[in-house]
Amino acid sequence: MIPALALRNVSHSYGARKALDDVSFCVSPGSFTVLLGLNGAGKSTLFSLITRLYAARRGEIDIFGHNVMREPGAALRRLGVVFQARTLDLELSVMQNLIYHAALHGIGPIEAHRLGQAALARAGLADRAKDKARSLSGGQMRRVEIARALLHDPRLLLLDEPTVGLDIKARADLLALVRELVQEKSLGVLWATHLIDEIANDDPVVILHHGKVLANDSARAIVAEQGAANIGDAFTRITGAAQEKLSA
Amino acid sequence: MSERAAPTGFTLRQYLICLSGVVWREGLRFLHQRERFVSALVRPLVWLFIFAAGFRQVLGVSIIPPYETYVLYEVYIAPGLMAMIQLFNGMQSSLSMVYDREMGNMRTLLVSPFPRWFLLGSKLLAGVAVSILQVYAFLLIAYFWEIEPPTKWGYLSVLPALALSGLMLGALGMLLSSLIRQLENFAGVMNFVIFPMFFASSALYPLWRVKESSPWLYYLCEVNPFTHAVELIRFAFYEKVAWTSLALVFAYTSAFLVAAIIAYDPARGMLMRRGG
Repeated sequence: MIPALALRNVSHSYGARKALDDVSFCVSPGSFTVLLGLNGAGKSTLFSLITRLYAARRGEIDIFGHNVMREPGAALRRLGVVFQARTLDLELSVMQNLIYHAALHGIGPIEAHRLGQAALARAGLADRAKDKARSLSGGQMRRVEIARALLHDPRLLLLDEPTVGLDIKARADLLALVRELVQEKSLGVLWATHLIDEIANDDPVVILHHGKVLANDSARAIVAEQGAANIGDAFTRITGAAQEKLSA
Repeated sequence: MSERAAPTGFTLRQYLICLSGVVWREGLRFLHQRERFVSALVRPLVWLFIFAAGFRQVLGVSIIPPYETYVLYEVYIAPGLMAMIQLFNGMQSSLSMVYDREMGNMRTLLVSPFPRWFLLGSKLLAGVAVSILQVYAFLLIAYFWEIEPPTKWGYLSVLPALALSGLMLGALGMLLSSLIRQLENFAGVMNFVIFPMFFASSALYPLWRVKESSPWLYYLCEVNPFTHAVELIRFAFYEKVAWTSLALVFAYTSAFLVAAIIAYDPARGMLMRRGG
C-alpha cells in the first residue's frame, strides 16, 4: 500500500542552525499518527516542508507517491492542513471562508456551498454558516478549519498543534472528531502535539527532538521498550537520554 | 483506481474558478474595510482640493504634451493622484501579504495545488481590480471639480493604462512583501518607497522644471518607474499613448513580477532563507 505520507532522510537548516536532521517516517492511510515533540523540536518546520512553503535542503517528501517538489499539484490536492496559527479570514462569514478555500482547489461556488453545508453539519456548526468567523469561539474556529481542510476531500490531513489554547471540552471534542474521520473515511492523519494525553495506546508515534527522530513505533511499543509506566514517562526518558548524550 | 493514478491537472474552468475566488475574496475584504476605501479616496482628494488649489497660483504649467492648451494645476496633477492611489494600494496589498503571512492566511493560499505563479498572479490581479475601482471613484468626485478628459472616451482609454500601472506597482509591493519579515519593518519601507517614488516623479511637477533646478534629480525622476506610470496614465486619459513610458512600465512590471515569483519560490525564495 502506498503511504499517505512518506519522508525520507529529510534535513533542513536556517543558515547554520539545523532544524531537521535526517528525518524519515511514514503515515499510513487510516492511521492517526502523532508527531510528538516539545516546542522548538522542528514540528512546524516539518509542516512547512510538507506543505511546500519552502523546499527541504535534503531528502524526499511524498504524498501518496507524489513528490511535493516535483509534482506539487498532485501532492497538494491530496492534502488538507490545519495550521497552528488561526487562518480563517475573520472579516468573512464562515461559509465565505469555505467558498474561498474551495476556489483555491478549483471547486465552484455552488458545489462549494453544498460541500460546505455538509462539512459544517459534521462539525456541528450548520447554524453558524452565515456568521462572521470573528464571532466564533476558539474551539469552533478550529472545527471550521478542519471542515475547511476536508472540503476538497483530501486523503491526508495534517494538524499542527490544533488544540493549543482550547479548553478541556473543546480539546476532547476536536480529538474525537478527527479520530472519527480516521475511522470513517480512512484518512491518514498526522497530528503534531506536545500534549501527552492526546495519545492513545495504539497510535503510531514519532518522537521528534531537536530535529531528530528518536522513536517511531506505536505508543504501546515505545512504552514497553523503555520499560516506562506510560508514554509521558517514555518520552521523558528518551529525550532526557538524548539531552545527556548531547551535553556529554 | 489507485491513488497514484488519480488525475492531477486542472481544467481551464478550474483555473478561472481559482482566479475569481481570489478576486472575490479581495473584493469582499475591501468592502468590509470601509475605512480603507475612505482613506484611499480622501488622500488624493486632499491633494487635489487643498494642495493643488493652494499651488495653482505659484506653479504655472506650460503647454506640454499631451496638453494642447494651458491647463490648471489641478488638471496637471490628477494623473499623478490616480497613480498615487495605485501606489498606496500596491503597498497596502503587500502590507496585507506580510500580515497574512504572519497570521497564517498566506499559507492557505500557498498550500493550494495550483501553481504558485498563478496564485501570486491572481492575488496581484485582485489588487489591481480594487485599485481601479478606487481610481474611478476618485475620478467621479474629480469630475465635479471640473477635472475630466477632453472627451468621455478618456475614461475608457485610461483603463488599460491603469491596469498596467496597477500591475507594476502591485508587483513591486509583492516583491517588497517577500523581503519584509515582520510588520514592524513595514513603516520604514513606506517611508523609503512611497515618498521618494511619489516626490521624485512627474506627479506634482513637469520634469523640465525639475531639470532646471537639479539635473541629477531629473535623471532620478527619469528612471523612477512611478514617473512612467504617471505619464502613461496622463497620456491615456487624453486618448494618447506615451510609448517610452509604456515600454518602460512593461519592462519594470516584468522585472518586478519575475523577482517576486522567484522570491516566493519554495526552493530559491527569501521565505526559505529566513525560515518563513
